[in-house]
Order: sequence, then structure tokens, then C-alpha cells
Amino acid sequence: MSPVVMWAGGAMLAVAALLIVARIERGPSMLDRAIALDALVASLMGGLAMWSATTGRSDLVNVLVVLALVGFIGSVTLARFVAVEPEDEGRILTPEEVRIHDARLREALERERDRSAAGRDSAAQRAHPEGEQQ
Amino acid sequence: MSVVEWVASACFLLGCALTLVAAIGILRFPDLLARMHAGTKPQVLGLVLSMTGLGLSIGSSQVAWKLILVIVFQFMTAPVSAHMVGRAGYRTGKVREDLLEVDELTEDLERAKADETPG
Repeated sequence: MSPVVMWAGGAMLAVAALLIVARIERGPSMLDRAIALDALVASLMGGLAMWSATTGRSDLVNVLVVLALVGFIGSVTLARFVAVEPEDEGRILTPEEVRIHDARLREALERERDRSAAGRDSAAQRAHPEGEQQ
Repeated sequence: MSVVEWVASACFLLGCALTLVAAIGILRFPDLLARMHAGTKPQVLGLVLSMTGLGLSIGSSQVAWKLILVIVFQFMTAPVSAHMVGRAGYRTGKVREDLLEVDELTEDLERAKADETPG
């Protein structure tokens, strides 16, 4: 196969994969992501087919068979266990929200460390009530 | 290039173009069912065309049988996943009712509920 066909088709497949990844990033629900992942696997299969035709490697055909067989398991599993998600949950946090969340987490960790240190002190006092130093 | 190679190249280009169309549809369409439509039909046809092109350009019967197997698997698994995703989407309220022309499932469910209540 001529390289022109390979490059033209490969460019189309690459653009398609990018668009699909954009949908996966955006996709408001897990089901949208599942069908986008199916489409991504299909475009991967197209790319593999073209690579196999260009280089004449017929062993890649086995990979195509496997991908066609297992490609749908992901979306079926997701669809089986999908639940009603809150409206706000299916998006990526903004940097501001991440900062707030991190600050809260760090504060909780700090508190936890203080408490465990205090607990160690009081345990030491209970063990040595005369106040001897170790 | 021979005729077979020309046909194979045309099949590959058409298949890649259909994959691109499917990706644009998945990105642009407004709700889950429309995206499923874009993600299954042009996608499967594009894959069939790519497999045809590969079979033509390799040109051995062993490979051709495997490619037919790929297409058969795709035809068997695509409706299964589409059915599961559509059902889950309907049950969890991901279907936008204002975009639907006909909604026979809701009508049927309501009729079944109305039949059930008196008895």
C-alpha cells in the first residue's frame, strides 16, 4: 500500500482518536465514556489494520480478533453496574476546588498527627506514673 | 499499483473517514442515545471497510477468514453493548426527553402501570 494512503488514513484516525479522548474527558456520565471507549478501541483496530497492510505483517490479524472479542466487555460491565450519579459528579475539578480539597485534607492529617502524639504522651504517663524519664 | 491495491486503498480511506465521522458525532451530539447512534453504526461500517481493505491487500485466504471472524464478532458484540448501555441510560435518566420524537418505552411502561393498578 502506498505511503500516501497510510499517512492520510493515519491522520484521520489520529484526529478521530483525539476527538474521542476529548469526549471521554468531558463526557457527563460514565455511559458516555463507555461508548467513547468502545469507539476508541474501534479506531485502534482501524490503525492496526492499516499498519498490518503497510508492513505486510499478517500476525497482527490475531490481535484484531482478540480486540473484536474483548472490546465490548468494558462497556457492558460499566452499563451493568452504573448507578444514578449526582449531576455534579461527572466532571474534573477546577484547580481552585482541588486546592480547597487539599487544604482540608492536610488539616485533617495535621489534627490526626497531633492527636496520636498526645495519645503517645498520655500512654507514657500511664505506664510510668512516677514521671521517670526514659 | 494494481487494481486490487487501488480498491484496498479506497476501502481503507473510506473506513478511516467513517471512523472520523463517528468520532465527530460522538463529540458533537447532544445526548447519550445520539452518541450511541454515532458510535455504533458508522463505526462498525468503517471497521468492516478497513477489514476488507486489509484482506484485499494481504490476499491470503487464512487471513481473510480471520478478518471475517473479526467482522462477525463485531456484529455480535456491538448490539449487546448498545442494548446494555441504552437500558442503563434509560433507567438512570440520561435520556433527554425533549430530543425524542417517539418514546415507545415510556408509553408502554405507563400503559402497563395503568393496567396493573385496578386489578
